[in-house]
Amino acid sequence: MKDESTILSVGIDIGTSTTQVIFSRLTFKNSAGYFAVPHIAIVDKEVVYKSDIYMTPLENRVMIDGKKVRDIVAGEFAKAGYGPADTQTGAVIITGESARKENSEIVLRELSDFAGEFVVSTAGPDLEAIIAGKGSGARQYSVDNQCTVVNLDIGGGTTNAVLFDSGEVIGKGCLDIGGRLVKIDASGCIEYISDSVKQIAAAEGISIEIGEEGDYNKLQRISEAMAKLLQQWLEGDMSSLLRRITTPGSTEFEYVKPIRAVCFSGGVADCIYHSPEGPWTKYGDMGIVLGEVIRQSRLFSDFHVIEAKETIRATVVGAGSYTTSVSGSTITYNRDVFPLKNIPVLKLTAQEQEPCFGGAEDELREKLLWMQSQSDSQQLILAMKGKPDPSYMEVKRLAACLVSVLDDVLPEGSPMVVVLECDMAKALGQMMMGLETRHPRDVICIDSVQVDQNDFVDMGKPLVDGLVIPVVVKTLIFG
Amino acid sequence: MLTQSQIDAIADAVLQSMKNDTPVSAPQTIETAVKPVLSEKKPPKSKCHESRGDRPVQALEGVGDITSKEVRAVPLLDHIEDSEGLERMMARTPARIGVGNCGPRLKTRTMLTLRADHAAARDAVFMDVSQGLLDRMGLFTLETRCTDKTQFLTRPDLGRVFSPETMDELRSKCLHDVDVQIYASDGLSSTAIEANLENILPVIMEGLQAKGLKVGTPFFVKNGRVAAMDQVSEALNAAVTCVLIGERPGLATAESMSAYIAYKATVGMPEARRTVVSNIHARGIPAVEAGAYIVDVIQKILDAKASGVELKK
Repeated sequence: MKDESTILSVGIDIGTSTTQVIFSRLTFKNSAGYFAVPHIAIVDKEVVYKSDIYMTPLENRVMIDGKKVRDIVAGEFAKAGYGPADTQTGAVIITGESARKENSEIVLRELSDFAGEFVVSTAGPDLEAIIAGKGSGARQYSVDNQCTVVNLDIGGGTTNAVLFDSGEVIGKGCLDIGGRLVKIDASGCIEYISDSVKQIAAAEGISIEIGEEGDYNKLQRISEAMAKLLQQWLEGDMSSLLRRITTPGSTEFEYVKPIRAVCFSGGVADCIYHSPEGPWTKYGDMGIVLGEVIRQSRLFSDFHVIEAKETIRATVVGAGSYTTSVSGSTITYNRDVFPLKNIPVLKLTAQEQEPCFGGAEDELREKLLWMQSQSDSQQLILAMKGKPDPSYMEVKRLAACLVSVLDDVLPEGSPMVVVLECDMAKALGQMMMGLETRHPRDVICIDSVQVDQNDFVDMGKPLVDGLVIPVVVKTLIFG
Repeated sequence: MLTQSQIDAIADAVLQSMKNDTPVSAPQTIETAVKPVLSEKKPPKSKCHESRGDRPVQALEGVGDITSKEVRAVPLLDHIEDSEGLERMMARTPARIGVGNCGPRLKTRTMLTLRADHAAARDAVFMDVSQGLLDRMGLFTLETRCTDKTQFLTRPDLGRVFSPETMDELRSKCLHDVDVQIYASDGLSSTAIEANLENILPVIMEGLQAKGLKVGTPFFVKNGRVAAMDQVSEALNAAVTCVLIGERPGLATAESMSAYIAYKATVGMPEARRTVVSNIHARGIPAVEAGAYIVDVIQKILDAKASGVELKK
């Protein structure tokens, strides 16, 4: 019997300013004792290759040059010595100002065919914040020290904040504050000013125009205003200016608990933790100024600042190492139909799952039909919390209810996929498999995975003697 | 430190509560009387940590059963540095942490909870599985050579064997030459059987039948030890025998059940030939899920024609 599996995961981050690739090796191992039911967990995440940091190739200010991105990724695969078929999981995420529907389509088109079985996904600002917070080590710090840690991922276009409380995400948000919101050309003149900088400058009474010479003092004053805004943001002091520079589509960062530590990641973080050498214009933007100002700001004196494990690579390491999770160790699938990709989730609430445990089908049927009318996907995942210690009769009625409705509603041949949080998937799946369907159908029933309405889920090939399957849960937020 | 006015206020509150007619235990009354005064003394608010010191006492009010989950979750420790952190730790273990102390001793409440848990453990050992449950599940009862619980506890050897008459009854009432023989036994916890059997046995039976296996007639063995399965296996010529048996109860739970499974068990075989699935209870692996898992384990044992350590190889 095999007690351990490793898989290779790739992370690709296409951000406002930089594009990076990393490979990491994930080790899955049975950590339960000899006499217990297996418990397989990801026990090791080792980054085995880090790419150079490329400037994101752009066609115009917001559109990615898909061909050039493809060249970068292909080149890094070759340099790392891996072929497309070597990677079993991973994520491509498109972040910051690049996170647009059109860009995600370009990336899907350019990368999906050549990158083996890895996952192509795109992040909204919220997911991006969480991924960066995991990659920077902020989440682990909050687990190790049982405290609250906020991670500020300050990139080119946006600052993503995520607040962890002992590993749990309790707050997240995104502001249009970043290092490349003012760009300076080779001659030292300002060539681009973002809307958010214009608003901040106006509020501070600073006049800044495209074409004028980049003035250190002016940018310093703008950076000071930015640092002050970040401070207000973390203290839950929402001014109207803060509201106006909040990234559209992001959650409002709510101040729910005192923040015990602050961690910085993203490109600007390098300039925060260490003073870079050379002229302040060397990156052609205001990143170095912003970093220096933040280091001297009250963010450093009022909060306990911790060192990030990864700064500019936090997001890409998060994408490569932290997007894959593992199912419970007692699950059901009747045969290996994996990988399954991009399956939309229909989540039942605690109230909605109750009638299903009682065997009532009508509400579920209605909900499924509604979901099908909303989604263009042929497949769907039915998700619910389940019960921590269900009775035999409850599970039996639930199995009958689910099979009857799913068999009616799903198109011929598509599998019945159920995702639960409570440990009961093997029992439920086994009972579902025993029930008659009009068409032959596969049954996939997994637990210990939390998904929400509007999530999309990828399931990889079974691991560790077929006991578990790797799972990637994605949230796609595009207008 | 307390100011004089606070000390006076506490004294007044205590005196007031002593006049009160309601029969509550004195320490709790005093604690209840003192707390509101103390909580008015506002500690300097630090950024890292909010004081929530007045919560535990409020949570204790009006909860009758000291063995209930809610009461157990309340820390008894005084002067908690990080109450949320403590609650988180307490939620992760059934061990008695965060209970504080009174001088060198445990607090009264901890002492009482320990006594209550010990009583539950004793009950689990000494009670019989109710006939109602066995009737509902359609199980007939066989007894080992033990005549009562005391003998069962003092003579483990007798709990592993049946009298010739009982063996005849076993042979006459059950299917022979089966792929899998499952039965239940009280072992050291009747409570475990009461809590789990109805949810686990039908899952295993149905799961095995769905795989097209010949499953034997289930029954119940009173005063049984694990190794009684060896005699059952020999008598019925079962390829695989599985006993669902109550585990020795501890102070954390009295409801834990295990499944011992063996391929072609024979009397006197090494213990290493048994495969075990342990910790079947609400806070371990839930009974229905364990049932589904056991079905797969039994299938694996049948395929490998081996169990226990030999299966793991």
